[in-house]
Amino acid sequence: MMRRALSRLANPQLLALAGVLLINWILFPNFFRITWQDGRLFGSLIDVLNRGAPVAILAIGMAGVIATKGVDLSVGAIMAVAGAVAATLVVAGYPAPVAVLAALAVGLLCGLWNGFLVAVLDIQPIIATLVLMVAGRGIAQLITEGFIITFNDPVLVFIGTGSFLGFPMAAVIALVLMVLVTLLVRRTAIGLFIEAVGVNRAAASLAGIRSRMLLFLVYGLSGLCAAVAGIIVAGDIRGADANNAGLWLELDAILAVVIGGTSLLGGRFSVPLAVVGALIIQAMNTGILVSGFPPEFNLIVKAALILLVLIIQSPLATRIVPVRVAAPEARK
Amino acid sequence: MNIIAKLALAAGLTTALSAGALAQDLSGKVIGFSQIGSESGWRAAETAVTRQEAEERGVDLKFADAQQKQENQIKAIRGFIAQGVDAILVAPVVATGWDDVLAEAKEAEIPVVLLDRGVDAPEDLYLTSVASDQVEEGRVAGQWLVDEVGSEDCNVVELQGTVGSTPAINRKQGFEEAIASASNITISQSQTGDFTRAKGKEVMEAFLKSSNNGADICAVYAHNDDMAVGAIQAIKDAGLKPGSDIKVVSIDAVPDIFSAIAAGEANATVELTPNMAGPAFDALAAYWADGTEPEKFIITESKLYTAEDDPQGEYERRKDLGY
Repeated sequence: MMRRALSRLANPQLLALAGVLLINWILFPNFFRITWQDGRLFGSLIDVLNRGAPVAILAIGMAGVIATKGVDLSVGAIMAVAGAVAATLVVAGYPAPVAVLAALAVGLLCGLWNGFLVAVLDIQPIIATLVLMVAGRGIAQLITEGFIITFNDPVLVFIGTGSFLGFPMAAVIALVLMVLVTLLVRRTAIGLFIEAVGVNRAAASLAGIRSRMLLFLVYGLSGLCAAVAGIIVAGDIRGADANNAGLWLELDAILAVVIGGTSLLGGRFSVPLAVVGALIIQAMNTGILVSGFPPEFNLIVKAALILLVLIIQSPLATRIVPVRVAAPEARK
Repeated sequence: MNIIAKLALAAGLTTALSAGALAQDLSGKVIGFSQIGSESGWRAAETAVTRQEAEERGVDLKFADAQQKQENQIKAIRGFIAQGVDAILVAPVVATGWDDVLAEAKEAEIPVVLLDRGVDAPEDLYLTSVASDQVEEGRVAGQWLVDEVGSEDCNVVELQGTVGSTPAINRKQGFEEAIASASNITISQSQTGDFTRAKGKEVMEAFLKSSNNGADICAVYAHNDDMAVGAIQAIKDAGLKPGSDIKVVSIDAVPDIFSAIAAGEANATVELTPNMAGPAFDALAAYWADGTEPEKFIITESKLYTAEDDPQGEYERRKDLGY
């Protein structure tokens, strides 16, 4: 039992996260210093959790989609739409719960639209979600009429910047979502069904799996997660920025899922490891910011580190160093 | 006539005169305006101000939104030429590929004025161009800081615009020029915030952590107001007072920075005026009146605003311009 727990910790994702944090610590010795200030934890490590939360939440939804051999390019745009909906509603005087529910509903609806294109019209996922990736930002701009809609609603601001037991609210929400979705897919057969659809949709259907329903489910969930991330990001800056909210975050989310060991070819996935992937990416970003490199190096440093993480996970590396590769397998 | 009435009359006359000097009547003139689109709040404000300026002068403004596409702008300009407008204003989306359509306008003897960006075309193809001097904007911001801190030591953190973008390069250069002579002011950290609030906040959070929780930072210089607004929130989250513990200076002069200045949370902003059309109309008026050829490059003023310049009033004046 103990050995199993240890070997679980030795998986490449957690090693990579530890490695990145170690590099950050070398570059910036105060990286792990955490203080208590104004009723919340305060420090670079907390920043990683807080800033990594939106991508982690996107990755939670994205993992399921990618497990069906799909991809959801529209999550960044859905974030912008959800933020715009929430902001315009509270500015128009609606109570915050209504605004949040409306934003979540819009996100779910966007996800179901993607699901409809993929499951019913059989459009390839990359094209189907590209539609909303482009149109979604336009919709968000229409809702905000091109302005950055600023608000001071305490509930929305709390979702974006508040804290719970000292931890940033965004990170708490990401953790709760991760646990809920993991339980949903691993304590029921849904996870296996999703993987079956990813391996071979036709065979899964013949085996009696309602693959169409499952596709609606994973894309709907992805849209919902994107809406949650969108509300957090808007609350964080107290404004809905239709042009920039969630811009390019779909790529970070896909990367997080891939770093988490989920195959783009579908058929296997792990929600917790996708979240670890998001934390690896954010640890790199925060590390670059505190290290004092000139900004021209940001992208190169990031790319080099990602390449390193991917090499550590590659089949070649595991042949040379026989660490147990945590292929995130379906629970037995 | 008592003295007060005399004064009032004099004041009235002066206003009338200065208004006359500022805004010549151009009624009856039809002017086409090919705008890039509405990608930013500043762009929307430029459109709004251009409409206002046109209305004040009685100009019949034909507005065409190119939605970020040069081909749409070229189509719009050809359309204006076909309609026989009196002049054309263009805010060019890219610098190249204008020679043909500008030559067509010249052949039709329609003067063209470029707004806020230049083009790579022979100078005789357009009447003039109206633009801001981005290096000067950085310089004004830097000079403000030099005057503000006097001889005290000051570590500045810089929030750059998007890496490699022209405004980021120019505003950085101008600021560095202004503080070059002040050996007590140094830029201790510089990172990109991509001109957005969210990134401005994230980068500022990291700066605060790596500067002894902000104790080693004396001022923030942000290449645009949006990043400054994000940075202000990060400073507040760290338990410090933006505006006094850490000074905040930025560029653009959008409404939200004025509410921050009014609240004492930001110190200064340098205006990138959305009124590019006003000087353009004035140049056209002079050209039509007696054939005065304007200068080829009209530079708009980079005006500094601080808490002494009625920030609340500036906020009210700007908030409906579409920023």
